[in-house]
Amino acid sequence: MTIGDNLTPMNSSGAYLGSGDLPERKPPVLSRGAVAWVRENLFSSIPNTIMTLLGFWILWEITPPVLNFLIFDAVWEGSGRDACLESVRNAPVGACWAFVKVRLGYFFYGQYPIDERWRVDTVWLMGTLGVVWLLWPRVPYKNWGSLYFFLIFPIVAFFLLVGTPTFNLQKVPTNLWGGVLVTLVLSTVGIVFSLPLGVLLALGRRSKLPLVRLFSVIFIEFVRGVPLITVLFMANVMLPLFLPDGWRPDSLIRVLVGIALFAAAYMAEIVRGGLQAIGRGQYEGAQSLGLGYWQMMVLIILPQALKIVIPNIVNTFIGLFKDTTLVSIVGIFDFLKTIEASFVDPRWATPVTRATGYAFAAIFYFIFCWGMSQYSQWMERKLATGHKR
Amino acid sequence: MKSILKAAAFGIAALGLTVGAASAQGVLQKVKERGQVICGTGLGIAGFGMPDEKGVWKGIDIDYCRAIAAAILNDPMKVKTVSLTAKDRFTALQSGEIDVLIRTTTWTMSRDTSLGLNFAGINYYDGQGFMVRKSMNIKSALELNGASVCTQQGTTTELNLADYFRANKMKYEVVAFVTNDETIKAYEAGRCDVFTTDASGLFAERLKFAKPDDHMILPEIISKEPLAASVRHGDDQWFDLVKWVHYAMLNAEELGVTQANVDQMLKSDNPEIKRLLGTEGKFGEMIGVSNDWVVRIVKNVGNYGEVFERNVGMGSPLKIERGKNNLWTKGGLQYAPPIR
Repeated sequence: MTIGDNLTPMNSSGAYLGSGDLPERKPPVLSRGAVAWVRENLFSSIPNTIMTLLGFWILWEITPPVLNFLIFDAVWEGSGRDACLESVRNAPVGACWAFVKVRLGYFFYGQYPIDERWRVDTVWLMGTLGVVWLLWPRVPYKNWGSLYFFLIFPIVAFFLLVGTPTFNLQKVPTNLWGGVLVTLVLSTVGIVFSLPLGVLLALGRRSKLPLVRLFSVIFIEFVRGVPLITVLFMANVMLPLFLPDGWRPDSLIRVLVGIALFAAAYMAEIVRGGLQAIGRGQYEGAQSLGLGYWQMMVLIILPQALKIVIPNIVNTFIGLFKDTTLVSIVGIFDFLKTIEASFVDPRWATPVTRATGYAFAAIFYFIFCWGMSQYSQWMERKLATGHKR
Repeated sequence: MKSILKAAAFGIAALGLTVGAASAQGVLQKVKERGQVICGTGLGIAGFGMPDEKGVWKGIDIDYCRAIAAAILNDPMKVKTVSLTAKDRFTALQSGEIDVLIRTTTWTMSRDTSLGLNFAGINYYDGQGFMVRKSMNIKSALELNGASVCTQQGTTTELNLADYFRANKMKYEVVAFVTNDETIKAYEAGRCDVFTTDASGLFAERLKFAKPDDHMILPEIISKEPLAASVRHGDDQWFDLVKWVHYAMLNAEELGVTQANVDQMLKSDNPEIKRLLGTEGKFGEMIGVSNDWVVRIVKNVGNYGEVFERNVGMGSPLKIERGKNNLWTKGGLQYAPPIR
């Protein structure tokens, strides 16, 4: 049977259409399995092969020493520098985790009085609860969640951390705060305040009211024009000289305000980018429905604009989280600074103390930043309603 | 609102209208009302001020702060330590954020005069020293002719080094690094024969070596770094108090009054001890505290020698010799005017 047999003339122009199935053919060769995957992905060409081998060689060179340092040669128990000295142990010494273990309380709470540390723990627990409530879509009653996280939690956390005689809680001045506590307070307050402030500034910059626009532009450009370190120095060194004795804010508050305003300026520009990506039709559509400015923004424009800029927002959050380490230059002991301050302790002075401390800091920051980025990617996929480009 | 405040603050700065923190009330009065002494301290210097495992600060400088609190408020824990960087420390004192600065600060003429500070008692005579390997078999810095010296760039350390070698007509080669860590690593790796920095720092750094016992610190000290507590100009009562807390601790050591025996010493017949401990005369009242002020200091903190040994001396891992910091009666420089 030839193909021609199935063809019948269809119309007067002489075109032909098939009237039967074509014969079956063998499927294309699809190689599967590990070997095929390796061949296809790792050794498909000569440059690819070279890169693969180079990669493996680097892993081969780096992984064993890292694992040896962090795990196999590491010292887990000990009460002083002798435990982590090669000359005393007569064995190779990796990370001195005993040092981290002894200092862990200091790394997490700073100088916060030991008997009062349950208050910090309570705040952490409450904060975790709020974050899970708000960020995990399956948990119901989001409105109550926001009320809890943005109103109840900050007030309770403030009184718990600072202390109040009304509930018989001893006052703990902020100069005793330190470590993870300070890092989390700084970044949480920075993150929570910078987003709404940034949205307002972004709207202000696009506003038709000249004064509002001028203020927003000046603020954003001024803050973006100076480094964070300068802002911190101004807050800490210059401000006390100007303000009279009585109303000189606490140094942690000064730095908090500085960081939140700084992040807000960057956030404003990110949100503005999102606003510009929204087509004119959306504004006009909202207006034709009779919505006012705020209704239009809150119900139509911002949800779309913010969704577009999620990666940038999270980028700023992660940056902010790591920027909090800069506060150490104005004498506030954040997590990294508590570790660095512990290096000077002669009771733990060993060749590996410093490396251990920094390794611990790296692990801590990685867990937090990676967590944030993973959540944002998951959220993006969830919200990707036809906007995926 | 905050940003407006901030803008206003910048405006004031632009106009050059800095408002001094001067106020009619003396610092001592404020400390008594507040119930707390606010001390400016460092960000962690071994033996002088650093946090221990529980987060409590320990060190010579911290003990001085506690001694002041003990003298005024009878409680060495009634102190608030404000950690300051080298840059912020003088501003914090000038602006009244802290009452007294005890932060390994070298007493120099320019600081004493143009910065508006008064230095009240040298609690540690530091100076630049040298560390070498024991295997070099050197006993004195004068044998260092032709040596290569690891040092930190852009510090006075480098200048002192040049002055010393030139004055002694010796040749040397500088290997300079940007940070202290790099410098010490280079020395340990054998890039140079000698490492130089302030002597107290040499002892702390040596502990971080893989084999600390292979290295020794030479006896010569080639620069003067008197580390002293400082207060603002213009409050002489407070200046006197801080100064005499220091002298009281020295006098207590000289007269053999220690934390352990201070209660027995109260019964002593020695007129000097009687005046020191306030069983005779009204010396405490002269500086605005009660007459048993030294008893409180010594009981809570100890005399100078005890503070030294506990933090940097033989009772600590640093094991620094008393040297220049010994009493004048034992060949050192610590000399206190008498209480009478």
